Amino acid sequence: MAETWQEIVFWIIAVGMSASALRMVTTRNVVHAALYLVGTLLGAAALYILLMAQFIAWVQVLVYVGAVIVLMLFGLMLTRAPIGGGAYDNDQRLVAALCAGAMFGVTSWILYRAFEGQSISFTTDGGTSPEAIGTAIFTSFVLPFEAVSILLLAALIGAVVLARRDERPGGDR
Amino acid sequence: MIDGLLLAAETGGHAAATGDGFFTDYMWLVPLLPFVSFLVIFFFGKKMPDRGSGVGIAAIGIAFALSMLGFIELAAGNASVHKSWTWFRLGSGFELELGMNYDFLCGIMFIVVTTISLLVQVYSTGYMHDDKRYTWFFAVLSLFTSSMLFLVIANNLLQLLVGWEGVGVCSYFLIGHYWEEKENSSAAMKAFITTRIGDIGMMFGIFVLFIAGHTFNIIDLNHAAEEGHIAETTLTIGALLLFCGAIGKSAQFPLHVWLPDAMAGPTPVSALIHAATMVVAGVYLVARMFLVFEHAGIALDVVAVIASITMLIAAILALVQDDIKRVLAYSTISQLAYMMAALGVGAYTAGVFHLFTHAFFKALLFLGSGSLIHAVHSNNMSDMGGLRKFMPHTFKTFIIGSLALAGIFPLAGFFSKDEIIGGALRVASHGTRISAWIVLVSALLTAFLTALYMTRACVKTFWGEYRGHGHPHESPGSMVTPLWILAVASITVGFLGIPVIGPFADWINVPGEAHHKFDTFYNIILPAGSVALAAFAIAIGWQMFGKNRWQYNILGGPFAWLYRFVENKYYLDEIYMRGIVKPIQYGLSRAAYWFNQKVLDGIVDGTAAATLATSKVTYRVVDQQVVDFAVNGAAGLTGWTGGLLRYIQSGNVQRYAAVLFAGIALFIAVFALT
Amino acid sequence: MPVSYFLILAALLFAIGIYGVLARQNAVLILLSVELMLNAVNINLVAFSAMLGERGIAGQIFALFIVAVAAAEVGVGLAIVILIYRNRRTSDVDEMSLMKW
Repeated sequence: MAETWQEIVFWIIAVGMSASALRMVTTRNVVHAALYLVGTLLGAAALYILLMAQFIAWVQVLVYVGAVIVLMLFGLMLTRAPIGGGAYDNDQRLVAALCAGAMFGVTSWILYRAFEGQSISFTTDGGTSPEAIGTAIFTSFVLPFEAVSILLLAALIGAVVLARRDERPGGDR
Repeated sequence: MIDGLLLAAETGGHAAATGDGFFTDYMWLVPLLPFVSFLVIFFFGKKMPDRGSGVGIAAIGIAFALSMLGFIELAAGNASVHKSWTWFRLGSGFELELGMNYDFLCGIMFIVVTTISLLVQVYSTGYMHDDKRYTWFFAVLSLFTSSMLFLVIANNLLQLLVGWEGVGVCSYFLIGHYWEEKENSSAAMKAFITTRIGDIGMMFGIFVLFIAGHTFNIIDLNHAAEEGHIAETTLTIGALLLFCGAIGKSAQFPLHVWLPDAMAGPTPVSALIHAATMVVAGVYLVARMFLVFEHAGIALDVVAVIASITMLIAAILALVQDDIKRVLAYSTISQLAYMMAALGVGAYTAGVFHLFTHAFFKALLFLGSGSLIHAVHSNNMSDMGGLRKFMPHTFKTFIIGSLALAGIFPLAGFFSKDEIIGGALRVASHGTRISAWIVLVSALLTAFLTALYMTRACVKTFWGEYRGHGHPHESPGSMVTPLWILAVASITVGFLGIPVIGPFADWINVPGEAHHKFDTFYNIILPAGSVALAAFAIAIGWQMFGKNRWQYNILGGPFAWLYRFVENKYYLDEIYMRGIVKPIQYGLSRAAYWFNQKVLDGIVDGTAAATLATSKVTYRVVDQQVVDFAVNGAAGLTGWTGGLLRYIQSGNVQRYAAVLFAGIALFIAVFALT
Repeated sequence: MPVSYFLILAALLFAIGIYGVLARQNAVLILLSVELMLNAVNINLVAFSAMLGERGIAGQIFALFIVAVAAAEVGVGLAIVILIYRNRRTSDVDEMSLMKW
C-alpha cells in the first residue's frame, strides 16, 4: 500500500506527459509546440524525482528546459517560422502514424515481455546522491566524460562556424 | 530421255533375233528430229532469214532419208526392232514404258508421213509465203509431224495416246490458222471436240485392255488376244471402245462432221493432215491392234458396217459440193472408210496398201486444189472453169490424181482399191460374214460414185469457160514441183502392190492371211470389171457435167427435196446441234451453273460469313475484353507499381526516415519472433 | 511498481516522437521531436537504474551523457537549419528534396 501513491503519481505524470507530447506533434503553432515540449520535459524531470534520481532531474531542467528549449525558440525566431500558426504537417501523416504505431507496438511488446515480472522497489535512503554520481563519473566513466567534453567543444565550434555570416571579401552571399 | 534410250539400246531392251540393221536401231531419231526442229523454229524461227522453214524442211528431209534407209534395211531382211525403257513403275503391275517398235507397218507409215510432210513443207514455202504467221505455221507443222511419227513408232498404247492427242492439238492449231474469221476458229473447235468425243471411248478401251491384259504393250496385247488369254467379251468391249477413237480421228459416221469444216484451214494443212496423215491414225490403230480386233467377236463386223455406211454417205455428199476442197474432204472420208472396210473384212494387206497409195494421190489432189485456189482466189468451183488453158501443170497432175482416185489402170488407186473389192468378195464368198457382203456392195457403189464426183470436179474446174474475175496463172515452182513428184508417185507406187508378185504383201501381212496365188477371176476379170465401172461413171459424168452445164440439177423437179436433203448433209449437223450441243449448252450447263452459284458458292459464302461472324465475336470478346484487358492491365499494373516505387525516390528525407523506421520496426519484430 | 509501466511510457513517447519526425514540415519542429525521442530513452534508462538499485548507477550516468549529447546536437542542428534558411529562404523540409536522382 505504501507504493500505491507512487503509482498514482506516476499515472498522473504519465498522462500529463503523453498528452503534452501528443499536443506537441499536432499543434499548428510552433511556439506552442515548444512549450508543450517544455511540459513534457518537466514531466520527465518529475519522473526522475519519483525514481529517486534527483541530480538527473535537476540537470534535465537546467539543460533541457533552460538551454535547449530557449535555443529552439531562438531558432524559430531566426528562421521566421510562422509564429501565430500555420505550421502544417506534410503529406505522409498517415504513414508516419503507422510507423509510429508499429514502432510503439513492437517495442512495447518486447519490453513488456522482457521485463514482465520485474519491478522497482522504492527505498527511503534518499536515492542517488550527487556524490555517488560524481564518484562514478570520475572513476568508472572518466573516458566517456572526456569524450563528451570534446564532443561539446566540437559542437560549440561547429555551431559558431556554421552560423557565422560569411565575411570574406568577394564571397558569395 | 535420249540417254535413257541409248542405255536401253546398249543394255538391250529386247533386241531382235536375226541380223540387226544399222539404221533401224536409230529409228527413234525420226520422231525426234521434227520435234527438235519445232523447238528451234519456235524459239529462233523469227530471227532466221528464211523465217524457220529451212530448219523444218531440213529436219524432215533427214527424217525422210532415215525412214527410207531404215525401210530398205527392213526389206533387205533385217529384223524389226523393239526397244523399250521403263519410265516408271507404280507398285506392282503398273509400268509406264517408253519404247519403239519398228517393223514393216511402222516403216511404211514413216515413209508416207515423212514424204508427204516434206513435200507439203516445200509447197508451203510458196503457198504461205505472205502469211503473217509463217514461222508459227512451220513450227506446228514440225510438231505435228513429230507427234504423228511418235504415234506410229509407239510400242505401247499410252505412248500412242500421247501422239494421238498431239496430232489432235496440232490439227486444232492448224485448222484455226486463220482464226481471225470466226468460222475458222469454230471449225477448229468442232474438229477438236468431235475427235475428243471419240478419244473418250478410246481411253476407256485402253483401260479395259490394260485391266484385262495387264499391260499397255501393243505386241503383248496382240499376243494375249491371239492366244486367248483375254476373255472374248472383254476383248470385244475393248476393241469397240478403241474403235470409237478411230471413228473420231478417221472421220467415220457418225463423227465425220468435222472433216469438211476442217477445210477452213490452209490447203497444205488439208493435204498433210486431212488427207494423208492424221486421219489415217484411226486406220493405223485398227491395223496395229488387228489381232485384238480379229479375236474380238463382232468388233470387226461393226467396223465393216460403219465403214460401209460412211463410204456411201460421204460419196453422195461429194457429189453436191461447190467448194472444191469439200469435194476432196468427203472423198477422203469415203476413202478412209474403204480402208476401214478392208480391215473390217480381214483384208489387212489391202487396207494398209490403200492407205499407202491414197496418201499420195489425195495429197496430190489437195495440193493441186491449193494451186487452183491460189490462182483464182476462191475455193468454189463456180468461180473456176476452163483452167486447163491457164494452168497446164496443175491440170495435168490433177487429172492424174483424179484417175488414180477413180481407180483406173495402171495408176495406184486401181491396185489398192481393187484389192479391197477382191478381199471383200473372197470373204463374202466364204459365206461366214454378212458384213462382207455389205462391204462389197458399198465398195462397188462407192467406186462408181467416186469416179462420178471426180469427173464432175474436173470438168467444172478445167473445162468450159472461165467464170471467175481474176487472171489465173500457173503457180510458182515451189508449188508445182511437189505436184509432179506426187503425180509420179501416184503412177508408180501402185506397182508395189501388184497381186502375187508385188512385195507389199510380203511386207504387210497378218499371220493367217493366205498368200494368194494367181487366180484368173480375182486377178483379171474383177479388176477389169471395176475399171469398166469407173469408165462408165466417167462417161456419165462427162455427159452430165461437161459442156458448160454446171447448173444442171440432176434430180429435177419432183426430187428437188432429195437434192436439198443431200446438199444439207442430211441435216446431220442440225441434228447434232439441236439434239446434243444445245441441250448440253443450255440445259446441263444451266443446271451446273445453278449448282455452282447456289450450292457451291453458298457453301463458300456461308463459310466466309461464318468466319466473319467468328472474327467479330473474337474481336469484341476475346480481343478487346480479354486480351486487351490483360495487356492494359499489365501496363496499368506496371504503372501502379511504378507509382508505388516512386514513393521511395522522392528526395524527401522524411520519406526516407519513414521507410527507415518502418524497416526497424519490422526488423525488431522479426528478430523478436525468431 | 512494475518497471514495465515506465518502459511502456517511454515507448509511447518514443513513438510520438517518431510521428513528429516523420510528419512535421518545419525543420525546427522536427528537432523538437528528436528531443522528445531522446527524452523517452532517458526515462527508460533512469527507470532501469532505479530498478537495479546501487548497481544501476550507470543508467543515470548514461542519461547524463545523453543530455549532454542532445544539447550539442541541438546546437549544431539549429546552426544547420539557420544556414539552410539563409540559403533557401525556407525551413520547410519538403522543399529540400535535392537528393532525388
